[in-house]
Amino acid sequence: MDQLSGGEALIRALHDEGVDIIFGYPGGAVLHIYDAIFNQDKVEHILVRHEQAATHAADGYARGTGKPGVVLVTSGPGATNAITGIATAYMDSIPMVVISGQVESRMIGSDGFQETDMVGVSRPVVKHSFMVQNPADIPMVVKKAFHIATTGRPGPVVIDIPKDITDPKIKFDYEYPREIKMRSYAIPDKGHSGQIKKAVDALMTAKRPMIYTGGGVIQGNGSELLAKLVRKLGFPITNTLMGLGAYPASDQQFLGMLGMHGTYEANMAMHYCDVLLAIGVRFDDRVTNSDVTKFCPDATILHVDIDPASISKTVAADVPIVGSVTSVLKEALAQIQSSNQKVDENSLKVWWDQINQWREKDSLHVTHCEDGTIKPQQVIQTVHEITKGDAFVSSDVGQHQMFAAQYYGFDKPRRWINSGGLGTMGFGFPAAMGVQLAFPDAISVCITGEGSFQMNLQELATCMQYQLPIKIICLNNQALGMVKQWQDMQYGGRHSHSTYAESLPDFKKLAESYGHVGIKIGKVSELHSKLTEAFALKDKLVFVDVMVDPEEHVYPMAIKGGAMKDMILSKSERT
Amino acid sequence: MRHIISVLMENEPGALSRVVGLFSQRNYNIDSLTVAPTEDQSLSRLTLTTSGDDRRIEQITKHLNKLVDVVKLVDLTEGAHIERELMLIKVKAVGAQRTEVKRATDIFRGQIVDLTNNVFSIQLTGTSDKLDAFIAALGESVVLEVARTGVSGISRGEKVLAL
Ligand SMILES: Cc1ncc(C[n+]2csc(CCOP(=O)(O)OP(=O)(O)O)c2C)c(N)n1
Ligand SMILES: [Mg+2]
Repeated sequence: MDQLSGGEALIRALHDEGVDIIFGYPGGAVLHIYDAIFNQDKVEHILVRHEQAATHAADGYARGTGKPGVVLVTSGPGATNAITGIATAYMDSIPMVVISGQVESRMIGSDGFQETDMVGVSRPVVKHSFMVQNPADIPMVVKKAFHIATTGRPGPVVIDIPKDITDPKIKFDYEYPREIKMRSYAIPDKGHSGQIKKAVDALMTAKRPMIYTGGGVIQGNGSELLAKLVRKLGFPITNTLMGLGAYPASDQQFLGMLGMHGTYEANMAMHYCDVLLAIGVRFDDRVTNSDVTKFCPDATILHVDIDPASISKTVAADVPIVGSVTSVLKEALAQIQSSNQKVDENSLKVWWDQINQWREKDSLHVTHCEDGTIKPQQVIQTVHEITKGDAFVSSDVGQHQMFAAQYYGFDKPRRWINSGGLGTMGFGFPAAMGVQLAFPDAISVCITGEGSFQMNLQELATCMQYQLPIKIICLNNQALGMVKQWQDMQYGGRHSHSTYAESLPDFKKLAESYGHVGIKIGKVSELHSKLTEAFALKDKLVFVDVMVDPEEHVYPMAIKGGAMKDMILSKSERT
Repeated sequence: MRHIISVLMENEPGALSRVVGLFSQRNYNIDSLTVAPTEDQSLSRLTLTTSGDDRRIEQITKHLNKLVDVVKLVDLTEGAHIERELMLIKVKAVGAQRTEVKRATDIFRGQIVDLTNNVFSIQLTGTSDKLDAFIAALGESVVLEVARTGVSGISRGEKVLAL
């Protein structure tokens, strides 16, 4: 057994837990830990340029790989800077472990230099948190933290460590616990067979069935089983913003994303369905259009989720099923296989005819400009074409995010990396770093806006240090476009503090000043060639500043206070 | 409706603040709260009273259960149960008031646990309603100070809340 200090034990425990990369930023309270990092080579540390970026990078790593992201920050401002990223991960149920330094135990509560009550400040946005009391507790706390972060409904866990706990002079016998038992933490696993039977019966007798799945299917690695079930049933399926890629977008049965900026056919099919199978979703207000009394008026709702508290939270479920996505899907498939029930083919045909009629509306149709102005949607379509639909696409928040979600067409899970729940501008770029570090040979694209990018642009330096060849595609509409769109639609076009064209930086030069490549695209005629050029620079970070039509809005858009069938389809058409 | 929820949780620092934080974070109200270690020093029992319709109470119990420190809980109001609250109350007692207060205390089966020439300190246990009734019976003008523990409870019969 090795004699280790708390700092050494922490890093060793991370290694024993299978962690090979952490994202962090040093400071006084974590200096012992940084010294322990210096003396080993098992766990790689990535030095970001802002703690918020460390959390988003770890988050992107986690979303891309399914493994927990790990963050190390110092006390006080280091810890508070991490909060936005923790909250982002919390809202989207992303497994993450955040280690924060703390002032010495004897100083706690004295308003010491760089003291913040991190356990208190982070409490509403973590799944759980620990304050380490003894160096020898470190292995067990780390084990528990990873267990909690990665099981059940995943989420971020904070480990706050006072500086004296990592003191190199205090050593103890290190042993990493093989397993743990926590009497107060049970993980729901298998769904109740009887409930699954009820759901299967409802599906088999459905006349207008609809399947609606979300981030839970991706987090729960249920995509393959989902595809099996959907194909077996022949039912239409839609994905939430968080669930894109769980079912291949290029498949005929996929109706596109639903919700506030969902397709006409997905939202119509939701509204008129008679049986709704909802898996790993939480009936978010961006889906239901906030007035839940108007939501799916005719539907029997079958809701599968690993978190019992998600079920019947906003919309009452007729058949609640608590369990992991994979266990429930497996059992449902087995039940369908072994029963001689058949779906109602005749009704299903009538239903598909109706859906195909809705599809003809072509709600994502892009009208090109005659004067050569680039439509933002065209940029996404071109990126899709050049990357053959096989890139990891991170995004920030705003119109560009919605265009990416609508037009990229994700065929695989874990390829679409975005902050859906918290909607954090500044997320995309650092998240793309996490993805690139996890998959050095893959194409990591960040679709951003000139507003969002400026919220974490300091990471251009990190990308230079670690040679991360991310492709940043900035849909530059010279405005906080999504805000401006709402102001156009709801505030008589009064653009209060949403434009700043006169003060935008020259992004090409900005990228170049960090040693990267910058490309500016202004006309549609050069869109394809210049984007191709950017993606051909395989080992370089390229910032592509694409000047897009500043007047463009995201459509379809749900009509506030309406049902899902109520949408604005363009500047001149509503349902 | 009013509900009494009893929670067994790890006797760990921070556990209580997580419960209380959950209530403020999700806009649930707490009418009373009482917490102390149990016969097993590693466990605390927390009892709180709250109100809301069935959907809300279901959400409250689900979210409480989700807290990692919470081991087990029961909504006592779902079945037959015993609830008690303890009150220490200091009242004005001079002249004729002294016998009147004494009589009221006897009727409510309270005990005078301390006295001076001018005040009685009375201890009373019972349901919250009974404590309210006692205060009403004495009249606001005599009441000087009230200290109530909040509701504690246990289910009737053989049902137990334990590991
Ligand atoms: C941190 C943060 N602050 C504010 C907002 C509100 N907000 C949502 S979208 C948006 C505009 C984003 O602008 P930009 O990144 O340029 O994207 P665009 O909508 O123009 O494509 C703002 C301000 C947010 N989501 N996140
Ligand atoms: Mg913009």
